[in-house]
Amino acid sequence: MSRRLKAATITLAHGSGGSAMRDLIEDVMVGSFDNTWLSQLEDQARLDLKDITPQGDRLAFTTDSYVVDPLVFPGGDIGTLAVNGTVNDLAVGGARPLFLSCGLILEEGLSVELLRDIVASMRAAALDAGVTIVTGDTKVVPRGKGDKVFINTAGIGVIPAGVNISAARAAPGDVVIVNGYLGDHGAAILKARGELALETDIQSDCQALHGLIEAMLAACPDIHCLRDATRGGVATVLNEFAESAAVGIRVDEQHLPIRGEVRGVCEILGLDPLYLANEGKLVAVIPPTHAEAVLQAMREHPAGRDAVVIGEVVSAPANRVVMQTQFGGERIVDRLIGEQLPRIC
Amino acid sequence: MKYVDEFRDPDKARRLIKDIERLLARNTTVRHRPLQLMEVCGGHTHAIFKFGLKNMLPDAIELVHGPGCPVCVLPMGRVDDCVAIAERPEVIFTTFGDAMRVPGSRKSLMQAKADGADVRMVYSPLDALKIARENPDREVVFFGLGFETTMPSTALTVLAAEQQGINNFSLFCNHITIIPTIKAILDSPDMQIDGFLGPGHVSLVIGSQPYRFIAEQYHRPLVIAGFEPLDILQSIWMVIKQLDEGRCEIENQYRRLVPEDGNPQALGAVNEVFELREFFEWRGLGSIDHSGVRLRDAYAAFDAERKFALPNVRIADPKACQCGEVLKGVIKPRECKVFGTACTPETPLGALMVSSEGACAAYFQYGAKTRQVDEPAPETVS
Repeated sequence: MSRRLKAATITLAHGSGGSAMRDLIEDVMVGSFDNTWLSQLEDQARLDLKDITPQGDRLAFTTDSYVVDPLVFPGGDIGTLAVNGTVNDLAVGGARPLFLSCGLILEEGLSVELLRDIVASMRAAALDAGVTIVTGDTKVVPRGKGDKVFINTAGIGVIPAGVNISAARAAPGDVVIVNGYLGDHGAAILKARGELALETDIQSDCQALHGLIEAMLAACPDIHCLRDATRGGVATVLNEFAESAAVGIRVDEQHLPIRGEVRGVCEILGLDPLYLANEGKLVAVIPPTHAEAVLQAMREHPAGRDAVVIGEVVSAPANRVVMQTQFGGERIVDRLIGEQLPRIC
Repeated sequence: MKYVDEFRDPDKARRLIKDIERLLARNTTVRHRPLQLMEVCGGHTHAIFKFGLKNMLPDAIELVHGPGCPVCVLPMGRVDDCVAIAERPEVIFTTFGDAMRVPGSRKSLMQAKADGADVRMVYSPLDALKIARENPDREVVFFGLGFETTMPSTALTVLAAEQQGINNFSLFCNHITIIPTIKAILDSPDMQIDGFLGPGHVSLVIGSQPYRFIAEQYHRPLVIAGFEPLDILQSIWMVIKQLDEGRCEIENQYRRLVPEDGNPQALGAVNEVFELREFFEWRGLGSIDHSGVRLRDAYAAFDAERKFALPNVRIADPKACQCGEVLKGVIKPRECKVFGTACTPETPLGALMVSSEGACAAYFQYGAKTRQVDEPAPETVS
């Protein structure tokens, strides 16, 4: 790394293609992500097939964009989200994540120090997840035309032969498992926005899930469905499974792992934790014969210590998620309509 | 969670339901239809669906979801007025979250925000006042709505604005009052309600005395009910017990929070700041005399209706909507001609589909008939 970025804030010059932009890319991106593909500074990363093909028989390819307010929150920042989110999108297809791209859209006036922190988070998250950020792009938009930083990451992974995970495979009798406490990320973001005088220590659950999924696949190569429960929460994922496979899913409220603090925030605001966002939680549908083995494997992994069975797949009512309430009643858990808004009374 | 879990004990619920069944079984009155009990408050409606109470109760009880969702009963013309204020370039329009989605004749506040209006969600009217202090060159308007539950905090905010000399803050007042509304329902010729679960939060402010006319003139029992599932079940049991014993009284199940005489400080602030309007338009129920409040002349400087020229156009409810009949227990939400077809939570035509606390939205969201969940879902469920 030869060039240094001296500016304290991002200006339009950092997106102009000139020397200021070169300083930014070489110092902040290449210097931080530090790998042979990126440091060649070509327009594309050239990836050797001979290293990839022995690992599986299909490529998985995904992209996601990250916008979050605030950029830094308890338990992570937009950088950790951008890496872990895309790693998880690959991993829930059974893929081993290998390479990521990083597209940054920066708003004029952004502090370079904050950008360095975000990039450092991306680097740390990538190292943890065993993926390499091999290509990228940076644009700067005038002040007021963006919200400080937007990040897009695309990812490539390899799916081992024999793994066939799909929402359409949920079958009656299957067991529904989650890997831990639900709604932590959504509640942490609400707290971090500072609009509510909430006294809680809730941290985002932002984490990469590929290691956990690898352990699950070792216990049961025939996992039927797997999805990370991000926006829309667990309720949305369960509805997607039920509709894709034309089955019903029955969930038992008393088995849903929800922290007291998250329940409290939801009670105060009239929100439902089942719809709160997560950034390190997955929902798995496992054939009943392997459910116990998968659960045990999950609990032995740090990302699955609190794994628990929350319900089962049933034949009817098709396309519906029904919850047995803790109180003894029963209700339908539908898809979220619009966004969750706090009720007035 | 202390003070919550105690009221969610399934064993106690089972015992209460057994008690309710026993009372119903020995009721010698010959009935050709189920008992209709109205929960006036939207918070009750929400809890009934959230905890799945509907399918735990015997078929001989029908819960009728009353008019107590202030977002639902807001007329379309008033939403248009909100949008007109919010679209003024100098205005920061502040509102509670669930009012953002209520449709006006042109657009909702959420759509106005997307179109460039400065609409901000707040959790308290005091947050709006803070925004006014921080933005002295802008006009900050708070969209005040709700029953007596939210009225005191709005009144106190207006008083605080006056004390602090903040002159860039005003209130678009759409607060409504519950008693005339219950009376309007009772006066309706097709009314079939046998008893009421009184609104807990409203009663915390007004106490139990204002409901006496319901027992004395209309001979219907009312039990002021809390919002936890055991509160609701116990209140249902108390109403049925009254009917069983041939009594019609106002009883207070929510004694742990609701004083008989209400909250004098809250009532004092409300009476200081607000006066009754001659009439106020409700979605689904039409105009109800003395059912809304406005700012008194002494606080005219904080009245958005006097500060800004408003379209103030009355927009009739869509003809196909049967919200009024649902509110009076004449039909169930799913019997409405447009339920789940033209009228869904995403595209609400009628009042009761607007907020998640509205009866129709709750039916739609939590399953129309959870006792028979294998019933085909409405085709419009996405």
